[in-house]
Amino acid sequence: MNINATLLAQLIMFALFVWFCMKFVWTPIVAALDARKKQIADGLADAERAKHDLELASKRSAEILREAKEKAGEIVTNGEKRASEIVEEAKNQAKVEGDRIVAGAKAEIDQEVFRAKEQLRTQVSAIALAGAGKILGREIDAKAHNDLLDKLVAEI
Amino acid sequence: MAHETGEVAHEAAHTSAEYIRHHLQNLTYGQLPDGSWGIAHSAEEAKEMGFWALNLDTFIMSLLLGAVIMFLFRSVAKSVVSGAPSGLQNFCEWAIEFVDNSVRGSFSAKNNMVAPLALTIFFWVFCMNLMDLIPIDWVPGLLGLLGVPFFKVVPSTDPNATFGMAIGVFLLVLYYSVKMKGFGGFMGELTLQPFGKWGMPVNFLLEGVNLIAKPISLALRLFGNMYAGEMIFILIALMGGAWAGFSMGGVTLFGSQILLSLGWAIFHILIVTLQAFIFMTLTVVYLDMAHQEHH
Repeated sequence: MNINATLLAQLIMFALFVWFCMKFVWTPIVAALDARKKQIADGLADAERAKHDLELASKRSAEILREAKEKAGEIVTNGEKRASEIVEEAKNQAKVEGDRIVAGAKAEIDQEVFRAKEQLRTQVSAIALAGAGKILGREIDAKAHNDLLDKLVAEI
Repeated sequence: MAHETGEVAHEAAHTSAEYIRHHLQNLTYGQLPDGSWGIAHSAEEAKEMGFWALNLDTFIMSLLLGAVIMFLFRSVAKSVVSGAPSGLQNFCEWAIEFVDNSVRGSFSAKNNMVAPLALTIFFWVFCMNLMDLIPIDWVPGLLGLLGVPFFKVVPSTDPNATFGMAIGVFLLVLYYSVKMKGFGGFMGELTLQPFGKWGMPVNFLLEGVNLIAKPISLALRLFGNMYAGEMIFILIALMGGAWAGFSMGGVTLFGSQILLSLGWAIFHILIVTLQAFIFMTLTVVYLDMAHQEHH
């Protein structure tokens, strides 16, 4: 148990070990620990940001959904309006067409009636002539009584 | 451990004293009385070698332990990954965080040297102390067969080792005191308090004692604890050494040696760790004081 040069040897060893530890052990390991700390912090920050983004996105999607619903409703309303318009238009058109057909038919009927009347008149005048001739016993000169006949026809 | 001691102890009455002395003697290399260099074969020879001698056992054991620790840490540091750690890296990271937290707790200034210093001290001292748990006769007994006369396995029971480290710490304290406060500031701290400038000699005496007490207490605390612990291991080993055949007393002694050394070894685990921790913490505290202006 004497104090001797071991003291100095121990002192030098101590210094060397501390130097070695500082230079080659502490620095790299602490650097790795710090890197990990940073990685974890970054990861957490990323997660936080992603969460925030997700929230925004879901909010936005809800918004879009709402807009789409609104638009769809609008479109349906428009469609319905348009459909009723079309129906109305078709109705009108049909009415017009019907009226036109009816009018055409009436005109034709009138014409037919007129023609029948005309024919009837002619036949009536012929019959009247024949009847008159028979009654008079002689032929009536159609030419001489043409204007008379015409007057008669017009009267019938 | 009882068997080696057995034959020694019951040869003659004075041999238990010899046994203790043998266990407390370092393997000293130095200049022998005849002028040649070699290993001292007795305590007297070792004493006569004076200052320029080397305790080979202390030197080899502390170098070996320090190298093993540094190799261990270095191997981790080389392959260190910032991803998920595994195996040894877990342990080293735990160690570094433990030391780092202790340093942060008691060291307020900024100095990149203090934490590695604390790490080195803690694990080096811890391993040196841990050698105390090797049964005391194994290593000296084994080396004795190879012709090595003495071998103390626990470097921290050698005051040279503890004072070597304490002086290292003390030099750092002086260096940082002067660096942080300037030479004048440091001197002022030593002489101008607690009694102001008129009590300068008294101040210097008080503060000087205060300053010197730091390394001395640091070294002696570790040395004293480990020395006393080893002493108790030796005394317990002597109980079994008194065993002389299958008498009632002999068997009782042998059994109590086993029980006592087991108990003391378990208790010693605490002391081993605690002393390493105290040495580290006090070093950090002293360096913190060196960094701070205190009034």
